[in-house]
Amino acid sequence: MSDLETFRHETRAWLEANCPPEMRRPMISENDTYWGGRNAKFSSEPQRIWFERMRDKGWTVPDWPKEYGGGGLDRAEHKVLREEMAAMSARSPLSSFGIWMLGPALLKYGNEAQKQEHLPKIAAGLIRWCQGYSEPNAGSDLASLQTRAESDGDDYVINGQKIWTSYANYADWIFCLVRTDPAAKKHDGISFILFDMASKGVSTKPILLISGYSPFCETFFDNVRVPKSHVVGTVNRGWDVAKYLLQHERAMISGMGERGVGRPLGQVAADSVGADEQGRLEDAMLRSQISTFEIDEAALGAAAERAVDLAKAGQSHPAFSSAMKYYGTELNKRRHEILMSAGGIDALEWESERSRGGARPRAWLRTKANSIEGGTSEVMLGIVAKRILDLPGA
Amino acid sequence: MALVLTEEQSMLRDSARGLISDKAPVSHLRSLRDSKDATGFSRDLWKAFAEMGFSGLLVPENFGGSGLGYVEAGVVMEEIGRSLMPSPFLSTAVLAVSALARGGSDAQKSAHLPKIADGSLLAALAVDEGAKHRPLQTKLQAVRSGNGFKLSGAKALVVDGHVADLLIVAGRTGGAAGERNGLTLFLVDPKAKGVAIERTVMVDAHNAARIEFANVEVDADHVLGEVDQGGALLEGVLNIGRGAVASEMVGLSEEVFGRTVTYLKERKQFGKLIGEFQALQHRAAQLYIDIEITRAAVLKALQTLDGDFEHASAAVAVAKARAGTTATLAVQEGVQMHGGMGMTDQFDIGFFMKRARVCQELFGDSNYHADQLARMKSY
Ligand SMILES: Cc1cc2nc3c(=O)[nH]c(=O)nc-3n(C[C@H](O)[C@H](O)[C@H](O)COP(=O)(O)OP(=O)(O)OC[C@H]3O[C@@H](n4cnc5c(N)ncnc54)[C@H](O)[C@@H]3O)c2cc1C
Ligand SMILES: Cc1cc2nc3c(=O)[nH]c(=O)nc-3n(C[C@H](O)[C@H](O)[C@H](O)COP(=O)(O)OP(=O)(O)OC[C@H]3O[C@@H](n4cnc5c(N)ncnc54)[C@H](O)[C@@H]3O)c2cc1C
Repeated sequence: MSDLETFRHETRAWLEANCPPEMRRPMISENDTYWGGRNAKFSSEPQRIWFERMRDKGWTVPDWPKEYGGGGLDRAEHKVLREEMAAMSARSPLSSFGIWMLGPALLKYGNEAQKQEHLPKIAAGLIRWCQGYSEPNAGSDLASLQTRAESDGDDYVINGQKIWTSYANYADWIFCLVRTDPAAKKHDGISFILFDMASKGVSTKPILLISGYSPFCETFFDNVRVPKSHVVGTVNRGWDVAKYLLQHERAMISGMGERGVGRPLGQVAADSVGADEQGRLEDAMLRSQISTFEIDEAALGAAAERAVDLAKAGQSHPAFSSAMKYYGTELNKRRHEILMSAGGIDALEWESERSRGGARPRAWLRTKANSIEGGTSEVMLGIVAKRILDLPGA
Repeated sequence: MALVLTEEQSMLRDSARGLISDKAPVSHLRSLRDSKDATGFSRDLWKAFAEMGFSGLLVPENFGGSGLGYVEAGVVMEEIGRSLMPSPFLSTAVLAVSALARGGSDAQKSAHLPKIADGSLLAALAVDEGAKHRPLQTKLQAVRSGNGFKLSGAKALVVDGHVADLLIVAGRTGGAAGERNGLTLFLVDPKAKGVAIERTVMVDAHNAARIEFANVEVDADHVLGEVDQGGALLEGVLNIGRGAVASEMVGLSEEVFGRTVTYLKERKQFGKLIGEFQALQHRAAQLYIDIEITRAAVLKALQTLDGDFEHASAAVAVAKARAGTTATLAVQEGVQMHGGMGMTDQFDIGFFMKRARVCQELFGDSNYHADQLARMKSY
């Protein structure tokens, strides 16, 4: 047996022995996600057990170095772990912007002290992070952001406003883009800085989404003092860090949605729509929409697998995550349109016990943000046109 | 298994590309078409293919081939797709070899495979009968007679049927149209009494035939595989064909796309390169993404055919359906973005559009495979 096969064997056995049965079902509500942080509460005992066992193995962040609380797996082993977890529908033990976004940026651009300080706390789910990028007048055109950080001795004093800051009201710390040189060209005067959301002068105001949930906020900074040592990378070169982080964010968002797990979508639809004597979905048009969707979904799955393998072989294009982000999010929107159509009248209930509090329409509405958050679909296509296809003037 | 080509596979691609782009650019197809060439492909080039080992690529080593896999066959098909080279590679080296190698007796293999590998024998698979690919609807009757069978019926879209030295014919020995049971594959001599072959000139200037069988006598030892049990063998061979044609469509799509992007960077209107217009940029980006995703799906299908043949049907359906949709989009955008130029025969882009249409129909179009996938998943 090769080392990798041995690893697969052992991993499967370990997961079988350690993943509680309750943690092998698709996530349904927001409560099923564990985000960690100072004020975190587990929604169930199995959730706690699963998180702690994975944390102790370093498998909340399987591919981070062990010295920072990770599992130290190489790409091939990490792929095996993901495959084995997917095979048993094991849930992710910890969801976190620290894992998906900040961690990779710190590993590349952070100094040793910053890595030591922040990475282990992310891995152990002790600190929950939020992302302070967007502003009221800086959305797609992120580099035009205006939140300013003025030098004052060993500190910066930060003033301004962020918007759409996901979970800012629950987060412990923020990674934030601020303007440190207002005179420079727009991409050249930005720094990437970290600070505690409990700092004096930080306040948040939740915004209600069309799904009826309020997962994000307006975030205000009023003379917030932050030590200069909290800048990641070089002062005024924060745009490099920001872009690198966005690549990871986009890769993460493109993989969202419950791709390929659980029952085939067509069978889920048959529950409500019904089937004919041959077992075919009653609604022929919906059936063809679903199978076309499943073809695209399977193809995307292959492309995601290939993207990892290309990266491993050193053949991937850095902007490819934008391509995957575009396709993955548009596909997830399609999935939920199909689910709504399949559910028909039953999928319109917003509050009843029967509808689990309107879980299906709320999830449907949430997916509409997929092609906006982390850079819009139009912006993704622009990046592909410019950076991959090298089209003029893009 | 990593979803990228291995080093050996990349080398194979490079040598196939070298030969094909040198000897058979699109102008090669154009001149065969314009001269109304009776063969419709170059026998010299086929000889060169044999010398490079391509004709025997899938032939097992003990029968004179190189015993490579379906990924490798796909690599060659993709290069064929880029240049639209007309060649018996699909009919003979992929379909016939697969049928013989998977279903043939030792005697049948020894009789045909070495000759295919050395380039001296051409073969064709005759399955389709109606306007659409419906293998289970096969009606061609094969009734027992003496020491063998008598075949009666008609086949359409027999790729390279006009030049084949050997026909592999799907017939019905039992069951009713629509059933998998009762299908049988036969090895038929195209010169046998009662076989009438009409070469059909196709929209894509590639080669096909309609073939009629009127009480054609076939010996029992020319049955390929088991009588009545040919359905599974046929489906396996068709899956290989689907993977191969999907690869051809990936190559074709990528070539059209490359030519189109080049044009966007050259053509000026309104005082600008048309590639500066966001309406075109976004469509080009979408097409690029579609092609990349399709490429992954096709490679996945070929790897599954190599590694887990019995469970490859879903991956193959995905690949063929995706490749068909992507190629259709690629050629449409290709013509559209070339404006009036795209509509001219003098310009190559139309050749790609025509070939893509034929590739869609070959072994089931995107709709067919979407339906198949739904059946596999029981809905
Ligand atoms: C659910 C959700 C969570 C989010 N979480 C966070 C977060 O945690 N932290 C954070 O900082 N931000 C977050 N965001 C903000 C997100 O990054 C922005 O919404 C996004 O970048 C788009 O900016 P905008 O909303 O200002 O839209 P705009 O930029 O105003 O875009 C409006 C429309 O114009 C199009 N458009 C803009 N420019 C172009 C162009 N050049 N060419 C073609 N079309 C164009 C856009 O594609 C879009 O369709 C979140 C957003 C959502 C919806
Ligand atoms: C069958 C046929 C018959 C014809 N008959 C006649 C006739 O009788 N008389 C006559 O005078 N002409 C005729 N034409 C010419 C026809 O009007 C032109 O082909 C057409 O105007 C497009 O111009 P073009 O071919 O130069 O393409 P281009 O203008 O070069 O366009 C190339 C591509 O770029 C796109 N594009 C161009 N500008 C923009 C922009 N600003 N934003 C976004 N995309 C853009 C186009 O949509 C197209 O996809 C005919 C053409 C055909 C194909």
